[in-house]
Amino acid sequence: MIQYLLLLLPLISALVIVLSSQRAAKWIALIGSTASLIAAAVFAVQFPHWTTGSFWPDLNTTPILGNFGVDLKIGVDSVSMLLVLLTVFLTPLAIAGSFSAITTRMREYYAWFMILEASMLLAFMSRDMIFFYVGYEFTLIPMFFLISIWGGPMRGPAAIKFFIFTFLGSVFTLASVIFVAVRHFDSTGIWTFAIADLVKFSSTQLSDKEQFWVFVGLMSGFAIKTPFFPTHAWLPLAHDQAPTGGSVILAGVLLKLGTYGVFRFALPMAPIGAVECTTFFAILGIIAILYMSLVCWVQTDIKKLIAYSSVSHMGFVVLGLFALNPLGLQGAVMYMVNHGLSTGALFLCIGMMYERYHTKDMEQLGGLVSKMPVWSFFMIIFTLSSVGLPGLNGFVGEFLCLMGAFVAEHDQPSGYPGVLHPWYAVVAVIGLILGAMYLLIMLGKIVWGTLREPHGDGGNGHTEHAASELPTDLNFREIAILAPIALACLAIGLYPKPLLNAVEPCVKEVLVNYPAVIDAYNAKRGLVNPSVPVKHAEVTK
Amino acid sequence: MSSFLPMGPKIAVLTPEIIVFGGSVLVSIIGLSRSKTLRKSVPLLAACTLLASLVALALGYSYEAADQAGVLMPHFNKIIKTIILVVGIGLVAISVGHIDRRMEDAVARGATTFDPMRVVRGEFYAFMLLSICGAMLIPGSPDLVWLFLALELTSLPTYIMVAMSRGTRRAQEAAVKYFFLGAMSTAIFLYGFALIYGSTGSLQLSTIREVFASQSDRGGIDTLGITGVILCILGFCYKLAAAPMHFYAPDVYEGAANPVTGFLSFIPKIAGFSALAVLLSTVGWSGHAGFTATGTVISGLPAPILATLWMICALTMTLGNIGALLQKSVKRMLAYSSISHTGYMVLAIIAGPGLGFEALLFYLISYGVTNLAIFGALSGLQKRGEDVERFEELSGIGRRYPGLAAWLAIGSGSLMGMPPLLGFWAKLMLFMAGIQAGHTPLVIIAAINSAVSVWYYLRLIGVPTLSPPGTSSEGVLKGPSSWPRFASAVAAVAVILLPLFASRILGNSAEFAPVTPASNMKPANTTTQIAPTAVNPKQAMHNALQETSREENAQLALHCSPTRL
Repeated sequence: MIQYLLLLLPLISALVIVLSSQRAAKWIALIGSTASLIAAAVFAVQFPHWTTGSFWPDLNTTPILGNFGVDLKIGVDSVSMLLVLLTVFLTPLAIAGSFSAITTRMREYYAWFMILEASMLLAFMSRDMIFFYVGYEFTLIPMFFLISIWGGPMRGPAAIKFFIFTFLGSVFTLASVIFVAVRHFDSTGIWTFAIADLVKFSSTQLSDKEQFWVFVGLMSGFAIKTPFFPTHAWLPLAHDQAPTGGSVILAGVLLKLGTYGVFRFALPMAPIGAVECTTFFAILGIIAILYMSLVCWVQTDIKKLIAYSSVSHMGFVVLGLFALNPLGLQGAVMYMVNHGLSTGALFLCIGMMYERYHTKDMEQLGGLVSKMPVWSFFMIIFTLSSVGLPGLNGFVGEFLCLMGAFVAEHDQPSGYPGVLHPWYAVVAVIGLILGAMYLLIMLGKIVWGTLREPHGDGGNGHTEHAASELPTDLNFREIAILAPIALACLAIGLYPKPLLNAVEPCVKEVLVNYPAVIDAYNAKRGLVNPSVPVKHAEVTK
Repeated sequence: MSSFLPMGPKIAVLTPEIIVFGGSVLVSIIGLSRSKTLRKSVPLLAACTLLASLVALALGYSYEAADQAGVLMPHFNKIIKTIILVVGIGLVAISVGHIDRRMEDAVARGATTFDPMRVVRGEFYAFMLLSICGAMLIPGSPDLVWLFLALELTSLPTYIMVAMSRGTRRAQEAAVKYFFLGAMSTAIFLYGFALIYGSTGSLQLSTIREVFASQSDRGGIDTLGITGVILCILGFCYKLAAAPMHFYAPDVYEGAANPVTGFLSFIPKIAGFSALAVLLSTVGWSGHAGFTATGTVISGLPAPILATLWMICALTMTLGNIGALLQKSVKRMLAYSSISHTGYMVLAIIAGPGLGFEALLFYLISYGVTNLAIFGALSGLQKRGEDVERFEELSGIGRRYPGLAAWLAIGSGSLMGMPPLLGFWAKLMLFMAGIQAGHTPLVIIAAINSAVSVWYYLRLIGVPTLSPPGTSSEGVLKGPSSWPRFASAVAAVAVILLPLFASRILGNSAEFAPVTPASNMKPANTTTQIAPTAVNPKQAMHNALQETSREENAQLALHCSPTRL
């Protein structure tokens, strides 16, 4: 029952918040989200399949549209579990990080936040396509309100752009899912939207052409959500305008819904389609890595810089996913978790700085290490984690993604042939260098150097407080928010093995059809190396 | 089936309609009373009438009696009537306090005395009930004359309702436009009826179906019949507000008072869809629907009709959405949105019996309830005694009336298809039906359209809750009666909670459950004795098609066709 409790706790706290007073709202939200964290921890301890890749619990269903096989099935495997833990870990921190920033309509703010948490959890925990979609899509509503009520000066357009882009993509995802379900019904006579059934049916029974279109349809939603390169236009604006808590969740968890979708649905459901599109998406990933790094380089607004860097980092995830081998996929999953931690923390840091100086403009700031040493310490840790410094968490995912892409050739002795070429990884590595460059330049400007603080005002009428009074270093609450993330970053960076072990079986489950499909595809291209026996060729058509 | 049916079953089947008709007579008399209390009880009486009718329907409806009375689709008939009655009660509730608002105010102030010659309240509700009565008669029509009269009974009162709903010239203009175009559409489908009669020599729908079936066995329905059906479809498009007959909708919706607009966007629509389903069941799905060798369902509509519906569907969705994007008035926007929803529902009609009809009914429920939430919230507001209808007037009202803004937002979310609201499930079933019937391109068009529609529904969510209050929204106050707001709240809660009961909403859904093609692989029935109550009508029909001679074919199809829902 703990899984239902986990879903209900945020909803109940949202209800209590609505009925409570403005002052109590933030405390109830904090308590509610902490309770969810505890529930999730219990869930994680009970979870028996950390190293087997199966789902748990796998029996309870609550039919909603029973005649049509829509059941509320809740269950997680270790990848879902990790993302659930990421969600419940970041939410209380994001709420605590909003304490001083949100001063108007507090009840609504925290209520939406809790609803957002519930719908993210539903998306990660659902074993039914339709309920995944319900959670996935419903995140738009709370986020829309979070941005458009508490956001920056451009909040209206930002919220609408975010909403429309994402909605536009996901209707095609829904259409693809329905298409597969209808085909499943046509051939078996049973309506079901259970992920396992549809994945099994779709990956083995659909024709090449159908798989291709199913893949394209699924990806059109996930690619916008992630976001992939040409569809990222909504992201910088939304991140930039969202309130700190919103940015943290947006970057930390919501973007992962897209890559989670690719991992859980698009890749396993349509292997043939995926292999056909691999080169295309890998190139998009590399473009995202390089082009967005260059865009980051010229940003003067820190928040926008981090937002664009998210797109660039997601490029690594894309590359890892489309390496189509266990290394790359493990890397992608690790990267999802790590990016959630480090980018979420960076947004929190920036929010704390913004509350003090009311500017995010790097030209107006500098040498803050002498004013705020503790803040600078955290900023440096999270930036380095984002850069991918070995020993911190960012390195693990990045390295594995690149490694995966590097070995994604047609003649791999590991048994997992790929469609790419080492050159993809080599080009993507340039992105690592660029990433280090723009992030370190950012650090150099705002943390080190001569002390520069905004004179006059930050555009907000706060005048003449510059030198002495206002900018104090982090208080206890803020340290308590950042310290757990920093510890998590360090722990994952130093000892990632348990996580990798947990992810590995799930990854292999996703890739179960791939070696054969890729061999067939490579044979079609005339690339098959006779030294590697084509084992499962009869499975593919 | 004989054309002169015994009176007994016919009356038994018609009890709900008779109650509604009686209620409308009663209401029109009581509305003239000098006692204010009695006058005020008119909406209550109307609602009670509908409730009584609903009870009569729930308790007294029998499929055998309906069958004997010549009803083509008894199950469909019952569900449509139930939807009309339930939503009808809501529509009565949202119009409380609107009609005769000025007159009653003046009487209360003592500025004038009550004059039965000048009061219209009783008539308004009487016309409303008559229109509802007409809509209820449509799905059970046994013949074309009945269908024609029922359609007219639905439409004629609405012309008057538009005119009397508001004291402004725009309402008169809207009523006149609505009437003339309505008359033209009537002429069009009446001409279609004439051609169908010319082709088949009968007005009985069941006979028409047999004749069409035998015609198509001889190589296709003749041109006369096809032309007739297409003309009928075009005429019905007017009731549905579907392209190419949708041009009146924005003007008329804008001219009428808010509750009347809510009425117009639902009752004529459900009437039109029932009529379309009844009519198409004579050509489409009876003798022709079946499975291809590979087990995929083919839609049995004759090609010209399918092409017509296909174009209507695609055009209606697209034009409705494009139109809605450009509007400044909430009501014009809702008019265009209602057009686009018609387009989605035509997709369900194309998909046909089974999943398609189930999707259609579900979508009608969803649209009706959501419509109530939105129009109830709009009707619950007023600005100096006038309707609220522009976006500026709604700006920031969420600060003062958070409830109303929430109902509007929930309604818009459902229309947009945001999970987990009712509209999402309706759209889900619609897409399932469309894809299963093999119309994936239409589903893709619908998907694109529903993504586009987000833009204008977001405005309806955002303007009341997010925009700052402006000068034009200052004078906006709550309306005199709290019933519209209450109805809106109930509908909004239903939009959230109904999905939980989705499985049960359609009653005995086994009668809708599509056939499993796998069952076709069973050895075919060797005898031609297939009971009319076959659990599996499509399979029975399929077997029949394989086993029996051509002559028996049509006869059997009549008994076992999937349209006998």
